Amino acid sequence: MTNTPILEIEDLHAKVGDTPILRGIDLTINAGEVHAIMGPNGSGKSTLANVLAGREDYTVTGGSVRYRGKDLLDLSPEERAREGVFLAFQYPVEIPGVSNSYFLRTALNAVREHRGEDPIDAMDFLKLLKEKMKFVEMDPKFQNRAVNEGFSGGEKKRNEILQMAILEPTLAILDETDSGLDIDALRIVAEGVNALRTEDHAVLCVTHYQRLLNYLVPDHVHVLVDGRIARSGDKGLALELEEKGYAEFDRAASA
Amino acid sequence: MANSATKVEELIDREYEHGFFTDIEADALPPGLNEDVIRVISAKKEEPEFMLEWRLKAFRHWQTMREPQWQNVHYPAIDYQDIVYYSAPKAKADAPKSLDEVDPELLATYDKLGIPLHERERLAGVAVDAVFDSVSVATTFKEKLADVGIIFCSFSEAVREHPELVQKYLGSVVPYNDNFFAALNSAVFSDGSFCFIPKGVRSPMELSTYFRINAANTGQFERTLIVAEEGAHVSYLEGCTAPMRDENQLHAAVVELVALDDAEIKYSTVQNWYPGDKNGKGGIYNFVTKRGTCHRNAKISWTQVETGSAITWKYPSVILRGDNSVGEFYSVALTNNRQQADTGTKMIHIGKNTKSTILSKGISAGHGQNAYRGLVKVMKGADNARNFTQCDSLLIGDQCGAHTFPYMEVRNPTAQVEHEATTAKISEDQLFYCMQRGLSAEDAVSLIVSGFCKEVFKELPMEFAVEATKLLGVSLEGSVG
Repeated sequence: MTNTPILEIEDLHAKVGDTPILRGIDLTINAGEVHAIMGPNGSGKSTLANVLAGREDYTVTGGSVRYRGKDLLDLSPEERAREGVFLAFQYPVEIPGVSNSYFLRTALNAVREHRGEDPIDAMDFLKLLKEKMKFVEMDPKFQNRAVNEGFSGGEKKRNEILQMAILEPTLAILDETDSGLDIDALRIVAEGVNALRTEDHAVLCVTHYQRLLNYLVPDHVHVLVDGRIARSGDKGLALELEEKGYAEFDRAASA
Repeated sequence: MANSATKVEELIDREYEHGFFTDIEADALPPGLNEDVIRVISAKKEEPEFMLEWRLKAFRHWQTMREPQWQNVHYPAIDYQDIVYYSAPKAKADAPKSLDEVDPELLATYDKLGIPLHERERLAGVAVDAVFDSVSVATTFKEKLADVGIIFCSFSEAVREHPELVQKYLGSVVPYNDNFFAALNSAVFSDGSFCFIPKGVRSPMELSTYFRINAANTGQFERTLIVAEEGAHVSYLEGCTAPMRDENQLHAAVVELVALDDAEIKYSTVQNWYPGDKNGKGGIYNFVTKRGTCHRNAKISWTQVETGSAITWKYPSVILRGDNSVGEFYSVALTNNRQQADTGTKMIHIGKNTKSTILSKGISAGHGQNAYRGLVKVMKGADNARNFTQCDSLLIGDQCGAHTFPYMEVRNPTAQVEHEATTAKISEDQLFYCMQRGLSAEDAVSLIVSGFCKEVFKELPMEFAVEATKLLGVSLEGSVG
């Protein structure tokens, strides 16, 4: 692995309303790496994911985030997306009346246009979509259904992974994508992430449970407690957390 | 995300693209309305005596009527004596006999509007009867249609060439005394389109009228009459734009459809009259009466996309007179800034086994006020009548309003009437989700709105679906139809 940093977070502080959530995060993710962020409820995991994606409900109050050398915080949410930052949502949103395939093609073309490429040909897109749907084991009928409308929780998450597989982001951020998934779906999520395990990509996986990490072996595991990274380690740390829970950190935080 | 509502408002706040004015010499009457004005209009049109009589009857009745007040729209009183009731582009010779004779400036105007009048261009396959202010400028494809016996011409021409048909059907669906605006129209209407499809004929192309109000202070009072004889089929498209002006302009049209036994009429409208500026200055007052009568096994389908006008007041209706007849109403109405719309439909079930479907999509943004008003009436003899109504409202921002006024009168116990209504807001979550996939906020709004309108857009003929899409600032490619 080369050590080209994709994401460099320094002393990041952020709040929601008047409540500070992130209190000084330092984290560097290099190309080709998969990082897992774990931590108890309310520790700021989802906030970190959303701040990186540029959600407006969150206000950054300090620190910096560089993405491939650029100031990420300076970019609008859509610019971040076009630059290759992808967020797999914890709660994917329904868009009635807009077909999944149309939505995906629009998204892909927005990225392509940003890169100065021509829009994808309709036939080529269908071919790509078919291939990726097979990869995430989704019934082809989902391509004509409205985005996430009437999808089960698992289908929505699978749809997020489908989008990720098509957009092939440089930095994929998974926000508790594993919650509520059965074993088959977990395996698919892991396969989706593993497909991005190349020199040009990096993954930040936010999760509460260790079980996804059985399928998706992270290079680094960080424990987020009370808005700071309390401990970092390799996959062994995840196993340790599975065994002992977060109690030790709770004590540390409240001490 | 407090500022995002404002952002959304900015996005949908587009300049009116059709707001140019064509400088053409016009032959116009001074403002004001009295019996003499009506006599002049009738004389200019060389109308037979029965037309003048009918107009005068309407005028006398109109004087006894009061402007309706029940609709959920607010506007300053209209001074009916301050309106020009007749304005025609002054032709170099007389009326143009072919496209070559049409004033090039006028053709350029249509080009700007994107309606190529030239027969082989984009609209190939669509016959256009273009109404410019009060006179029909050119009717294309007339000869081809005449070959199959279809009459498609301006109303004035129909009055001259086919007085017996006009006399038989004019006012048969919307009588001269129907309502305030219909009575006014009956008195002063200056032109419009006439369409007659004889027994058993299926129109080989879609027929189209394009309306445009050009002169200042002009009321446009066009009248459309479509008659489909037994077993005939026709699809008719109507589009409307007007230049930007500070004054309000009045548009009071009447459309009458007659579908005899087994006939089918599909009537589609894209209405993009000037809506007024951001603060509600200027814009068209659109008070329109549209109604059709269905005889046995006949079908009438209204599809409308209403994005323009300062005020819209219209209720395209179907009288389901004959047994097994079918009425449909598909509508998208968008109000932005200070626009107000009170629109919907009336389905009157008289015959047995009659069916009606109402699908209304209202989109409100800015300070726009959007009301659906619909009446489903099932008469005593309408055994097994069925109606399904769905009214959906989409709100963009928090300054706008959506209102639903459904009326139902059911006098037959075997009838089945269903009504469903929803109201939704474009959520910040939806916007963020789209933006996180690389869409601009503007495209995200368009996408969500297009999804909302999908069921109506798919009822539009191809050409109009494209236009409607553009109008809503939406790229619908692939997601519609």
